[in-house]
Order: sequence, then C-alpha cells, then structure tokens
Amino acid sequence: MAHRPLVVCAILAFTAGLVIASFAGFREFLPGLLEGALVTIEITVGGSVLAVICAFVAALSKMYGAWPVRGLAVIYIEVFRGTSALVQLFWLFFVLPRFGITLEPLTVAILALGLNVGAYGAEVVRGAVSAVPRGQWEATVALNMSRFQALRRIVLPQALVPMIPPWGNLFIELLKTTALVSLITISDLAFKAQEMNATTYRTVEIFSIVLVFYLAIAVLITVAMRSLEWFAARGLARGPAQ
Amino acid sequence: MKFWDWNFTFEILPLLARAALVTLEATVIGFVVAAILGLCFAIGRMFGPKWLSIPLAGFIEFIRSTPLLIQIFFIYFVFPEFGVEIDAMTAGVLALGLHYATYCSEVYRAGLANIPRGQWEASTALNMSTFHVFRDVIIPQAIPPIVPALGNYLVALFKDTPLLSAIAVLELMQTAKIIGSENFRYTEPITLVGLIFLIFSLIAAGLVRAVEVWLRRRVIHS
Amino acid sequence: MSTDPSVAISPVDERSGPMVRFEKVMKSYGSLVVLNDLDLEVARGEKVAIIGPSGSGKTTVLRMLMTLERIDRGMIFVDGEPLTSMNRNGELVASDAKHLRRMRGKIGMVFQHFNLFPHMSALKNCMEAPCTVLGLSKMEAEARGRELLSMVGLGDKLFHYPSQLSGGQQQRVAIARALAMRPKVMLFDEVTSALDPELVGEVLNVIRKIAAELDVTMLMVTHQMGFAKEFADRVCFFYGGRICEQGPPEKIFVSPENERTRQFLRACLEAT
Repeated sequence: MAHRPLVVCAILAFTAGLVIASFAGFREFLPGLLEGALVTIEITVGGSVLAVICAFVAALSKMYGAWPVRGLAVIYIEVFRGTSALVQLFWLFFVLPRFGITLEPLTVAILALGLNVGAYGAEVVRGAVSAVPRGQWEATVALNMSRFQALRRIVLPQALVPMIPPWGNLFIELLKTTALVSLITISDLAFKAQEMNATTYRTVEIFSIVLVFYLAIAVLITVAMRSLEWFAARGLARGPAQ
Repeated sequence: MKFWDWNFTFEILPLLARAALVTLEATVIGFVVAAILGLCFAIGRMFGPKWLSIPLAGFIEFIRSTPLLIQIFFIYFVFPEFGVEIDAMTAGVLALGLHYATYCSEVYRAGLANIPRGQWEASTALNMSTFHVFRDVIIPQAIPPIVPALGNYLVALFKDTPLLSAIAVLELMQTAKIIGSENFRYTEPITLVGLIFLIFSLIAAGLVRAVEVWLRRRVIHS
Repeated sequence: MSTDPSVAISPVDERSGPMVRFEKVMKSYGSLVVLNDLDLEVARGEKVAIIGPSGSGKTTVLRMLMTLERIDRGMIFVDGEPLTSMNRNGELVASDAKHLRRMRGKIGMVFQHFNLFPHMSALKNCMEAPCTVLGLSKMEAEARGRELLSMVGLGDKLFHYPSQLSGGQQQRVAIARALAMRPKVMLFDEVTSALDPELVGEVLNVIRKIAAELDVTMLMVTHQMGFAKEFADRVCFFYGGRICEQGPPEKIFVSPENERTRQFLRACLEAT
C-alpha cells in the first residue's frame, strides 16, 4: 500500500515530462483544460461532502434507528448501490423536473454523485463503528450513559481514524465518476476533452493529458487523506489501550 | 401530461428488452476480457522480470485511478487514428475489459499470495513445468476463494455499461435516452432502466452470496 | 448522594432492606443454563466476594446487575426497588428505558479489561460521565476527578492517556472513573485477572482503601483467595449456576462444609 503513491507519482512525473517535451501544442490546450479541471474539483469536493453526510446518516439510522428510519436507510443504500451512477445522474437530470424540482446541472451532479458514493460510504461507516470493541460500549452502560451520548462521545471518535483510508478510496471513485457529468453538458474536464477532440482530433495528446490531470487530482486526494490520518491519529493519542 | 403513462410503458418494454440483451452482451464479453487479462496482469506483476513488473504496476495504477469514461473515448477515437476501424461495441468492451482487468488483477494477486509456500515447493520438488504448476496446482486453489470478489466486480462492470451510451452503443441507457428524446417523455424509460438494473444487481448480489456460501462448504481449509 | 424524591417506596423500608436481592433468577444461553434459580442477598455496605470455577455463573451475576445481560426469569432488586421490572399504577411491568437508567445510576462496575476510553486522558475519562450523565459542570467534574485519581494514587498522572499507563494504573483509573458516578453498589469483575502479577497489589490496595473509607456495597468476583479472605465480609462459592455455600471467610476458607467447596479450594491451593 505504501508503494502505491510512489509508483503513481513516478508515472505522473514521467508522463507529464513526456507530454511537455513532445507535444508542442500543449500550451494551447492548457487554459481550457484547467477551467474544466476546476469544475471537476468543485464537483468532487461538493459530492464528497454530501457523500460523507449521507453515509453517516444512513449507517447510523440503519444500525440504531427506529424501524421506519432504518427501512428508509436500507432502501436508500440498496437503490443507490444497486443502480448505475449514470442512470441515477440521468434520472435526477431528466425526471426530477417532472416533479416540479428544477435544479442547476451542477447541483444535480453534486446531488447524484453524493448520494451514490454516500450509499457505498454507509458500509464503510458501519464497518468502522462495528469494529469499536464491545468493552467500550459496556463501559458506557456501566457509567449510565445514554446510547446517543455513548455513540457521540466514545464510539464515533474511535471509529473515525480507521475510516480514513477506505474513504480515501471512495473519494477517488467519486472523482472518476465526475467524468459522467460531461454527458449532461457540464463543462468539466471530460467535457472539455471531448470538445477539444471534436475540434482538433488530436485524440492521443488531449486524452493523455486529461488522464494525467485526473491522476494528479487522485494523488492529491491520497496525500490529503494520508495527512488527515496522521493528524487525527496524533490528536487521539493512539496506542494499545489495554 | 400524465405523470406515469402505463400504455407508454408497455410500448417501450420490448425495445428495452432488446437493449438489455446488448447490455448483457457487453457485460459478459467485457468480463471475460477482464478476467483473462487480469490474470495475465497479476502473473506478470508477481512473477515477471523487473523490467516488466514495475512498468506494468504503474500502468495498472494509472488505469485504475482514472475515469473509465475517458478511457472509453480514448480507445474509441485512438484506433482510427492508426488506421484501425473498430465499432463502438468493440471499443466499449475493450475499454471495460481493460479497466476491470486492473481491478481483477488485484484480486488475483491476493488469491495467488494466499497459496502456501509449500505448494510451490512441492511442485518444484516434483519437477513440474511452470505451466503445469500454474494450471494444475496453483490456479485451482487460488480461484475458489476469490470468486465472490470477482463476482462483485462483474456486478460493478454491469453497472458501468451505461457509459457505453456515450459512444452510442445501443444498450439500455442509450435506448432510454433515444426513446425519451423521441417521445419527449423521459420518466418512464429512465425509471424502467433504473429498475431493471436494480433487479439485476439484487439478483446478482444474491447469487454471489450464494456462491460464497457454497464455496465455503466445499473448500477444504488447510 | 442525593435522594430522588420521586423514588417509589417499596413495601420493604428502604433504609433497612438488603441493597441487592436476587430472587429465583434464571438465565440460560440456548440450552446452557448459566444461573439456576439463584437467590442472593447483599446487605447495605456489605463486601461480598464471589468465587467458583469458570462457567459457574459468577460474572453473569454482575453483568445482570449492571443490566448488560437480561434475565430469563426471576427478579432483581436494588436499593429496595425492582431493577428489571417497575411499578406502573400498582402493576409490575417490564422496566422502560427511563426506569432502567435511574436504577443503573446506583451501580458501578470495573471490568477485567479496564475498557478505558483510549482517546481521553485519565482525568477526562473520570470527568466524562459526570458531565454528560449527571450534568455536573466542567469545574465540578474536574474537582471530583482529581480527588478520586489522587485517592487511587494517580494524582500525578491526570493527563496521561491509557496507552501511556501500565495495566495496574489503567485499572486504578477505571476504579476512579466508576466511583466518580457515586454509585451505591460497586461491582468488580475479576479486575486483577488481566494484570501482570507485580501489578496486582496496587489495585488490591486501592480496593482495600475504598472498602475502608467509602460507604459503598461491594460485590467482587475474584480468583485472589488471599485477598478475599482478608477483605470480604462474606464469601459466596458458586457452582452450577447457584450458590453452593456461603458464609464468613473464616468459615469458607478454613472449614468449608460442602465437598465441592473443599475440592475447589484444594485445586486453587495446588495452583499456587
């Protein structure tokens, strides 16, 4: 696992160097692609925030909620995990207006991706919360804490750090899924790539650069997650408790 | 305008049924490519010489970390530039196969790594050729435990087939879009496609779990 | 210790009845019967040591008292009131969450594996429940925490995290944490079994101190026979899910009546 970013960075550096060295037309693509990259990052960040919220709500409802809330959570998770992200995106884009809800394409994109990845995230949250040792729960009972207090003050803080690596993977999945929004005419990186390809037909250069851009953003996400993990672990003074 | 037109629904079901076959075709062929190519990647990474395994590792990471949609476009547009004419379905299936081969290669690597060292050593002691070692000893033991993981990727691949609509392959999503734009009614086609996917995924997920249970009973653990 | 004016007065006078009473309690896990028609009474302020072979139901008794397990049949009374049932309009019904929480507040427990909160310092561990459950202000909770941690001999380790403390120190923090809730009954579930031998003494000393200085009823499941002999008012020998024999330590350890008790004590001696 540790060597993965290294390999990735090496490829990134190599390809970037190759691209800059070989393709003279690199400069003319750059501004348009950077614009697109900004939109991609915007959607990735927005979608990630929504995904985390949905995942926590769904997972905690499923584990500790009363049966109606639990049922809703299960339906949400099964539907959004069981159907395709593109189908969800199109459904929200084409069908939601029929319910009278007309949203900006960007909002639809963040909503669809956030809900989709949130459903997968719910399993990550559930796994991490279940992994907190039973003894911790029993100690909260012995101290007469309510379930909510136990969850909030004792169990969730201990579940957060182990959650970070799988969430990192999910954020990268979300990044990759943002490419789909180009199909609902949002001017993200993928859209710019298709646009430029249609006008210049310099397929290899354009798509190679775009792939490298995505890779760069993915590496950024991985680095951010590793730093988060390091800070969080330090703050919680981790170590064998018993 | 009516909210849900049942007549329209029944009208379009045959069209969607035909499109579902295309989806299934893409899924099956794509997965076959992924399964075979993934095994090659895994073996190349684990047992190949350094000049192969390291670039291969980089290549696999590259494909895994970048969007499938871009890879689909790349393959679709790149081949004609080198004079090779390929149709959308072939390009799509190749892209799907390549992308998921990288996931499958990780699964294979885990499975191969789980084979106890003793198996390799015994095969060497029996003077078996590498090919036979793999075919008769290693692979039969490595595959059963990882079948559920492969099954999950099959389902994931299935759910990624709508991306082929971007290069106009007439699978479920593309057909739904065409129906929608021709009739100005998107609700029924897209909802139906969503339901079809949901039902298939639930069935497939159930099957994968059943296979898992069956395998656990069958496999003799060391 | 404040008295809650809304406490229902049971037929038995609160001040004179037993602090804990088990009445024909049964508990089984599937076909395995763990507690078999158990009757047990513990007087106020009494120190009871529970000994016996594993599987005899000793730990289950404590866990049921702490509401970590449910009973199948019978009744448990704490401080004169039923624990797992409650009085509603003169009828006895199963306890609701509110009643259970009120009753649970009278009981504290120290676990074999400490179960300290790893993301909090020793002081924070002791402050957490008084703040969130009893509603104490941060200052009050901190004062109480400091006092108790000094009492257990860890006044200089207030801001250490569990990972920085030895097993014996962690267990002492756990004891202070439980005492911070001012329970009327303290339960000790094999609290030295997970400790290295040289750390056992410091924990037992703390328990001795609590027994001497605080007015609290104590139930202790233990394998430390020597300690039980010196510390307990009464020793209960458990076998097969019920009390086989009980009495003052001089009687149980020196001249047990029951053959099984003798066998058990002999086996324990042989192990040392």
